[in-house]
Amino acid sequence: MVRIGVVGVGKMGLSHLSILGSHPDVQVGLVCDSSAYLTSVLGKKTPFECVRDYSALLDPKAGLDAIVVATPSRSHYPLVRDAIERGIHVFCEKPLTLRAADSESLACKARERSVITQVGYHNRFVASFEEVKRLLDLAAIGRVTHARAQAYGPVVIRQQGQTWRSRKDEGGGSLYDYAAHPLDLLTWYLGRPQSVAGSVLGTIFSQEIDDEVYSTLYYPDGATAQLSVNWSDESYRKMSTSVEIWGTKGRITADRQECQVYLRDEASLPAGYGLGWNTRYTTDLTQPVWFYLRGEEYSAELDYFVKSVKLSKENNPRKTFQNSFADAAATDAAIEMILRDGRNGRRTYADQAAGTSAPAVVAYPSALRSLLSKLTNALPGRFGR
Amino acid sequence: MERLLFGDNQFFGVNHMSEDKARAQAKRFQDMNEIMRVLDAAYASGIRAFMCTTHERVGEIVQRTQLDPKRYEGLVFYPCMPYAHKYANAVTDFGMLGAVRNFVPDSGLVRTALRGGSAVATQDVDALIRMLIDAEMSMFRGSNTPVIFLQNVVVDLLLGLGYYDAFATFAEHVADRYQAEAGFITMNTPRLLDALGMIGMENPIICSNINKIGFRMSGGVDAYRAALTERQFQPIAMSVYASGAIEPREALEWIAGLSQVHSVVFGASTPSHIEATCEIARDLALV
Repeated sequence: MVRIGVVGVGKMGLSHLSILGSHPDVQVGLVCDSSAYLTSVLGKKTPFECVRDYSALLDPKAGLDAIVVATPSRSHYPLVRDAIERGIHVFCEKPLTLRAADSESLACKARERSVITQVGYHNRFVASFEEVKRLLDLAAIGRVTHARAQAYGPVVIRQQGQTWRSRKDEGGGSLYDYAAHPLDLLTWYLGRPQSVAGSVLGTIFSQEIDDEVYSTLYYPDGATAQLSVNWSDESYRKMSTSVEIWGTKGRITADRQECQVYLRDEASLPAGYGLGWNTRYTTDLTQPVWFYLRGEEYSAELDYFVKSVKLSKENNPRKTFQNSFADAAATDAAIEMILRDGRNGRRTYADQAAGTSAPAVVAYPSALRSLLSKLTNALPGRFGR
Repeated sequence: MERLLFGDNQFFGVNHMSEDKARAQAKRFQDMNEIMRVLDAAYASGIRAFMCTTHERVGEIVQRTQLDPKRYEGLVFYPCMPYAHKYANAVTDFGMLGAVRNFVPDSGLVRTALRGGSAVATQDVDALIRMLIDAEMSMFRGSNTPVIFLQNVVVDLLLGLGYYDAFATFAEHVADRYQAEAGFITMNTPRLLDALGMIGMENPIICSNINKIGFRMSGGVDAYRAALTERQFQPIAMSVYASGAIEPREALEWIAGLSQVHSVVFGASTPSHIEATCEIARDLALV
């Protein structure tokens, strides 16, 4: 039996709590939230013991093996740090933290304390995205030259928003909330990017946060990727994440429903695949789960975490971990690069590009850049943003 | 309860197999006349029950049928609430409690609950559930709704949380206020049966995936077979084609072999597909 506490019972926390509540190997210890209303209702209406003070979960008397952290992103760092220091295993919602250095430091601390860690990048447990990873590991499409990762959905479709998700300093915005998912898939498939360029963090309806993110990522082996994210797109019924990957021997397109693969080299065909187009549907690929809520991947990721903790308790730990803090720290580093790149906003202008001696990318001193940016923003029409 | 129920996923861009197919359907059915054309075909094939989410566009469908009651004589709606995405988006916008406030009339009750007195809060939850049901049901006013369903995202959330009393509150309210029987949609039938048994609910209506390949039948096909033979409930099979992974005749033959299955809900986007399904169902004596 693994004894788990849950911190934060908002949208993700409640969902995790429900899945854990039904897991045959889990005993839910304490549930913690700052809202008196939620803890009071849950305390009275469910079998769970609810508290408002986080320190109760860290108290050895609570006897927790692990905690699930699903609070607003800004609070992740101190909550997770304190748990690790007490040797408590941690499953944390994404993004791990709002600073790549903090994520690295948590990953490092967890390693030192032999604490099991996992971050809620659930797409790595979506069968079609797992199939993409399997095909890439088999080099089914040869050397990867380019990838495109996208996420669209209808989160902010008008000017409002009153929660932490609409505040920049709390980790709101489509970069952390939406783009983190396709970025994490890119990190999984292609590794850490070496550099990023052309990043755009645009607002559409929000006051202080980005509603759209676009960026180009460069990888050490020469591959490139483009990220395209917009959470103000009402034409999507719900969040829709997809990837497309081009290689020297074929191409893969995948979303959570299906994985379509075009293969052109007979020599390296994976078992069950043929030349030309192949389609694998979620109905073929997905493994059943013991309890279903919103998608198999949410159950699968928690089951994986519970098993990791269980194996560790039995002194038989896994050799490698999916979605560990180290994995998430790589994604957080990519997020931070895009943020920085978006802020410095380097562009190549028409008159500079025309001359043969002009550099492809022009870097201005920051004061001049800020002045230029003010000027271009003040211009109407096609020159303004 | 009717044996063959017509579902609405195809009208609102829901397809569990392909995003492209979902989008193509969403494009086609943005024209209400297209939806009505398909519904009329279902009616012409003898189907009298439309099982639908509380998507705002369903309100328009209800109105259309009320404008011509003679033409739609005997047609009943089986509302499935809530349409979860509107709540999920509102939670992101307003937070958990703000979302609730957004969907129920601005009453003193909610204001009090939101002020956070914890004693008040727990007493008010039942009242809040009732108010949310009423808000969802308003679009069906004047139509016949003999069974009202709670959607699987809510049923399964409550199931995992162990908040079984909410099922009883739901059943009581739809019976008292709408003279309807409660139905529960779930992806976890064996577990839900245990929970409903614990609160003493007898012979419940449970709608869940029942298909030959075991797609989204949590607990496994064997556990479902055991539940069907050993437990007393009114099972409705959905996703019998497993989103198109099984051929219609093969799928329905398998269902016909499960004599305990009371009804089948299916979706189709063309009159010919509807008629094909009805014909197979007649062949197999499912209707």
